[in-house]
Amino acid sequence: MEKEKLLEIRNLKTSFYTHVGEVKAVGGVSIDLNKGEAIGIVGESGSGKSITMMSLMGLLSENGKIIDGEIIFEGRDLAKLSEEEMQKIRGNEIGMIFQDPMTSLNPVLTIGDQLMEPLIKHKKMSKKEAWDRAVQMLSLVGIPSPESRMKQYPHEFSGGMRQRVMIAMALACEPKLLIADEPTTALDVTIQAQILELMKELKDKINTSIILITHDLGVVADVCDRINVMYGGLVAETGSTRDIFYRPKHPYTWGLLKSIPNPKKDEKERLKPIEGQPPDLLKPPVGCPFADRCEYAMKICMQQRPPLFEVGEGHKAACWLNHPDAPKVEPPVGRGETNE
Amino acid sequence: MSDKKTLIEVKGLKKYFPVKKGLFNKTPSYVKAVDDVSFTINKGETLGLVGESGCGKTTTGRTIIKLYEPTDGQIIYDGVDIAKFNEKQMIPYRRKMQMIFQDPYASLNPRMTVGDIISEPIMIHNLMDKKAAQERVQYLLNRVGLNSEHANRYPHEFSGGQRQRIGIARALAVEPEFIIADEPISALDVSIQAQVVNMLEDLQEDLELTYLFVAHDLSMVKHISTRIGVMYLGKMVELAESNELYSKPLHPYTQALLSAIPIPDPDEAASKKRIVLEGEIPSPIDPPKGCRFAGRCKYATEKCREVTPELKDVGGGHMVACHLYDK
Ligand SMILES: Nc1ncnc2c1ncn2[C@@H]1O[C@H](COP(=O)(O)OP(=O)(O)OP(=O)(O)O)[C@@H](O)[C@H]1O
Ligand SMILES: Nc1ncnc2c1ncn2[C@@H]1O[C@H](COP(=O)(O)OP(=O)(O)O)[C@@H](O)[C@H]1O
Ligand code: SF4
Ligand code: SF4
Ligand SMILES: [Mg+2]
Ligand SMILES: [Mg+2]
Repeated sequence: MEKEKLLEIRNLKTSFYTHVGEVKAVGGVSIDLNKGEAIGIVGESGSGKSITMMSLMGLLSENGKIIDGEIIFEGRDLAKLSEEEMQKIRGNEIGMIFQDPMTSLNPVLTIGDQLMEPLIKHKKMSKKEAWDRAVQMLSLVGIPSPESRMKQYPHEFSGGMRQRVMIAMALACEPKLLIADEPTTALDVTIQAQILELMKELKDKINTSIILITHDLGVVADVCDRINVMYGGLVAETGSTRDIFYRPKHPYTWGLLKSIPNPKKDEKERLKPIEGQPPDLLKPPVGCPFADRCEYAMKICMQQRPPLFEVGEGHKAACWLNHPDAPKVEPPVGRGETNE
Repeated sequence: MSDKKTLIEVKGLKKYFPVKKGLFNKTPSYVKAVDDVSFTINKGETLGLVGESGCGKTTTGRTIIKLYEPTDGQIIYDGVDIAKFNEKQMIPYRRKMQMIFQDPYASLNPRMTVGDIISEPIMIHNLMDKKAAQERVQYLLNRVGLNSEHANRYPHEFSGGQRQRIGIARALAVEPEFIIADEPISALDVSIQAQVVNMLEDLQEDLELTYLFVAHDLSMVKHISTRIGVMYLGKMVELAESNELYSKPLHPYTQALLSAIPIPDPDEAASKKRIVLEGEIPSPIDPPKGCRFAGRCKYATEKCREVTPELKDVGGGHMVACHLYDK
């Protein structure tokens, strides 16, 4: 299968300069994305998921800075573009959906005006063309009577409808890449199901690439082709969705999979939380960031950061257990499958 | 759980909120947030409550413990109808019934120390002197997995999971029998959710607590609940033992709701058929007569639009309100 790369993040490092010191939010992250592919980024809060995406979009706050690395999008390094150049890409080639649609929509502008603005600006459409396209987008995301909805304000829409408007807006310019940061966390499961079906359709029908950030493992299992598990500002494991669920190779991934209830099981099993706290990114540990919560930690884990070991085709895990000299450990989750 | 003794019996509970319409509008309109709901909660069990946002879960919980004045109906707590009790008559019940909130950030007073936050209800109820209260705070902190030294710190010094533990310690301070947990884990990370749920389960067993557990993560509700009630637009549409509800959902709304749960298993997710509900939950202001789900239900008939289906036992305590099961 010939796959065309759309995005390549290489060794991205992003820090925030605060009054207490440098917060190393992203400590060297590499992520690949092919055209027409959906990838998931999972990990607990503070693991650097959103900041990785903000770095990519050029939306870091004043005190944040990309220290190192490249973000190659269609041959251009986004890390080196000016704000002016980024504005041409944001909302045009790259669309975004955030967790809280109310804060991302402008309360004093009609839905129609907000949908038409980027079309007039980026696609140089006339008002009439932009209106027609906006109506078309609203009906695509399943908003009934789109013509009359165009004239309404955000507060007249329910949470689920606002989220769909955000998606319509993100897609109006037919972006090559859609970034969705916890797009369904605040929604009911029934609305969530509608949005997820819509995202899958876009991927299949118009070949949009998707980066989906979520802490819901059910959502990634459903939508994503590949998954990146982040921990402490680094990628802990990356692989196909089946790699991550059926043959995970990192103790943090094991912990994540063990901590969720299995809705298929009738007898009640006790949940198994990951005890302890994530690392302090003001002074990240020299070794493996997961070491002080990891029940398999060895001496080397405290001293040296584990590299991303290749454990299968397109499957990598940053854990010393995958070193040929490490003791063999039976994973507590997955299907115990070896790599295909 | 063989001896099922009822702790709370709710009969025909209603809670209407008036809505202000235009200035010259004579007939007032109401949000019928809870509209004629009946169910029981057994001693020592966890009753889960699920349903779409705005369907009345929180209002049901808050009305049972009389944070809201019920519009109509009975709330029989341990044999006594407290629905019409005044504040003074409620005092002993206020101690027995406690609440844990969704947002561990907003629900704790930032200017009080953790120790004061936890002992405040003890002081309000005049249960013990200051010294004894301090000892109880130490005990409670340990009970929820925090240290004694934490008593002198302030809420902002704690993580979300720790703050939720503080909220739980506060709820436990007055030795309640019944706890309403309204989305207690929604704001927490997955791995922290598991810690808090395990703790709630341990506390229930040790202290013989009864829970009403509201959440929108249906997998977690199934995990923690003995029985589950499904609400739709102010009505209880189905209620059953939790495994029974998940394996044999009867109400078309429950079927759609359960089919929408994302399954954390790629092969199963790929093979699963989802019932995607069209449209949104209608407005609870002057809701339509008949079955409130009729506008979104593919089985709806003329009768459904005319006659409101009653919640009926269709065998083994499995209750459903739907004309498909009329005999
Ligand atoms: N104080 C109030 N005044 C007026 N209307 C209210 C009030 N509280 C709740 N409502 C309305 O009552 C209905 C039920 O609300 P409730 O908070 O019980 O929903 P819920 O099921 O808990 O939803 P969620 O899952 O979003 O928490 C909603 O339509 C809501 O807007
Ligand atoms: N504006 C900021 N100033 C300082 N630190 C920040 C800022 N924004 C984020 N951080 C820190 O960067 C780290 C990664 O954050 P983020 O990417 O938002 O995590 P998440 O994985 O939850 O999306 C966290 O430790 C967070 O506290
Ligand atoms: S490198 Fe060591 S500490 Fe880190 S996850 Fe692997 S075994 Fe655990
Ligand atoms: S009563 Fe009728 S409309 Fe309501 S859920 Fe049953 S079949 Fe559907
Ligand atoms: Mg985030
Ligand atoms: Mg609520």
